[in-house]
Amino acid sequence: MSSRTEGALAHHFETLEQQAEAGALGMWAFLIQEVMFFGGLFTVYLVYRTLHPAAFVQGSAHLPIDLGTLNTGVLIGSSLTMALAVRGAQLGRGKNAALFILATMLLACVFLGIKGLEYSHKWHDQLVPGLNWNPGPDADAHLNLFYALYFVMTGCHALHMLIGLALMVVVARKAWRGGYSPGNFLGVECLGLYWHFVDLVWIFLFPLLYLLGRHGPHS
Amino acid sequence: MSQKPPTYLGGEYGMRSWLLTLDHKRIALLYLLGVTFFFLLGGVFAVLVRLELLTPAGDLFQSETYNKLFTLHGVFMVFFFLIPGIPAVLGNFLLPLMIGAKDLAFPRINLLSWYIYMVGGLFTLYAMLAGGVDTGWTFYTPYSSTYANSHVIAAALGIFVSGFSSILTGVNFIATIHKLRAPGLSWFRLPLFVWAHYATSLIMVLGTPVVAITILLVAVERLFHVGLFDPALGGDPILFQHLFWFYSHPAVYIMILPAMGVISEVIACFSQKRIFGYKFVAFSSLAIAVLGFLVWGHHMFVSGQSLYAGVVFSLLSFLVAIPSAVKVFNWIATLYRGSISFEAPMLYALGFIGLFTIGGLTGLFLATLAVDVHVHDTYFVVAHFHFVMVGGTVMAYLAGLHFWWPKMLGRLYPETLARITAVIIFVGFNLTFLPQFVLGYLGMPRRYHVYPLEFQVLNVLSTAGASILGLGFAMTAVYLPWSLRYGKKATPNPFDARGLEWTTTSPPMAHNFEEVPVVSTEAYERDEPEVVHV
Repeated sequence: MSSRTEGALAHHFETLEQQAEAGALGMWAFLIQEVMFFGGLFTVYLVYRTLHPAAFVQGSAHLPIDLGTLNTGVLIGSSLTMALAVRGAQLGRGKNAALFILATMLLACVFLGIKGLEYSHKWHDQLVPGLNWNPGPDADAHLNLFYALYFVMTGCHALHMLIGLALMVVVARKAWRGGYSPGNFLGVECLGLYWHFVDLVWIFLFPLLYLLGRHGPHS
Repeated sequence: MSQKPPTYLGGEYGMRSWLLTLDHKRIALLYLLGVTFFFLLGGVFAVLVRLELLTPAGDLFQSETYNKLFTLHGVFMVFFFLIPGIPAVLGNFLLPLMIGAKDLAFPRINLLSWYIYMVGGLFTLYAMLAGGVDTGWTFYTPYSSTYANSHVIAAALGIFVSGFSSILTGVNFIATIHKLRAPGLSWFRLPLFVWAHYATSLIMVLGTPVVAITILLVAVERLFHVGLFDPALGGDPILFQHLFWFYSHPAVYIMILPAMGVISEVIACFSQKRIFGYKFVAFSSLAIAVLGFLVWGHHMFVSGQSLYAGVVFSLLSFLVAIPSAVKVFNWIATLYRGSISFEAPMLYALGFIGLFTIGGLTGLFLATLAVDVHVHDTYFVVAHFHFVMVGGTVMAYLAGLHFWWPKMLGRLYPETLARITAVIIFVGFNLTFLPQFVLGYLGMPRRYHVYPLEFQVLNVLSTAGASILGLGFAMTAVYLPWSLRYGKKATPNPFDARGLEWTTTSPPMAHNFEEVPVVSTEAYERDEPEVVHV
């Protein structure tokens, strides 16, 4: 039988502390698999960058460094608001936590908006491999690999942000209604861990795609 | 004590109570149904493959159809039977019971992982019904990305989705083993089944996401043709093989480690002894998990990988033999001077030891560079991994299913019939796969449906063995369900085994134990001190 137990403690745990520790451990284990997921992508990036350095320099030089930098700032800001949300939940201020999550959502939307703008520029410049690809006569023969990886890597990252946004709706609602307390805020904590991880991925993507080798010999 | 609480099977009835259950024991049974279904499906394709190989000519199928048959056999057996088989059925049911917990750490995620598994399976079923896949279960590029004229994306998507079920199961097991052990149950008092599942969970969490992203890249390449694995556009098909085997070799240990856990339990029970060298057996599981991540290149000795990489991978592959042998020798040392009885689970376990040893040793042949060049992609390889997968994992799965059947469903299986079946399966297995070693050594390549006349005798032997093996599985599929109605009612501990799962009722109550057990003894401790006569 699996009737919902009253209160925050699930039937199979002895204490709230044990429940929180298990939840946090599970979240960390899940994040480790996320590291391996993106690790596979970074490996592919590394291999093709080594095989075709000129193509990667050319591709990198064409990415808008201003928009990329702006987005990095936006995302780091969202990490701050998320950390404040966790702090709010920890102190038992549910509405405060909900509002900070809302702020995080707004910043996430700004990020995705800017990302969408960049995607539309790429479409306009015919730099979308497989769908709209016409990089011009001066393009490196393997530029397609750089842009394929650019879209897959930033696309996977954006997908993780969308999932994060969906989770934030659920957690913010619960926080607003007082569903968390100082001894029981696992949901907000796990959401925070997830969001910081998503930010961290971008902290690697930004230099790899936008910065490294911009001014290499072939640019 | 006057009013016994209802078992997990009673209490609530009806589809809804099963499909929305959060009880790990019910979810284990849901998995049992799914896993059995996909095993039968994979079995049907195996039968068709063996029938075609009865004669040297391609009598039954065109080569394209044959390609689809062995692909679907591999895909269903590997991704939907072998990988989830023991962890999701036996592990799901037993882990909380063995550590004295009421459930897994995340019951909702556990149910979710079953649904994800089924959705993944249905995608792959769709791929099968829509016309099949012909790339082989390994989805090598550029064949899968550019040339294959079949439903690669649907099948790949099914595997991608079911991978998340593996990951969630792994996360759930790790958190459960860390945080839900009963008072007094320290790490070195855990049953070895739990250690094996802990090691397995680590591989699930670390390996599966890599194959997920790899499959995603193949799908992107196939849909949009961006050149990721196409040499004409600068891509490298060998990179796919690296990424694929980075997961798919450790996946072999996802299949075999839980099997080894089952064998440790069965051997300890039917020898009436503690497992010899408990810590060595426990740590050898972790050693296999770690080493398993360092050997993937041995699948690629003839793929154009550099000679130096080949030498290193060869050496590392040999190292896996050490923890594997540690286990085998410790099981044998446990048997020594044990009070051995030959119930069906023990017959399967003894079969496992022999067959897994042959499977493992032939793995060393294949890890040897020069020998591998000769037998690469021949039936020698097919025989080798079937000895590990069927002779190892399937034997252990059947051992475990029989051993814990009374605990899971409260009825004893028919012992004599089960023993006869175990012998039939052992004989059928050997007749099927021993000739394939010879075939491979003589040079018969895998994945061809026609072959020279001189190979026919060995192929007929193999097909004959497969039909005996099939008979054995069919008998199991009849008498186990039969026992649910007609089998004797099981007592809490019908085999005089040790472990917390045997201290509760058969079948257990919904919350597993009447009160939280407190552990004060080592694993497999017997009351009587062992008397040694010299």
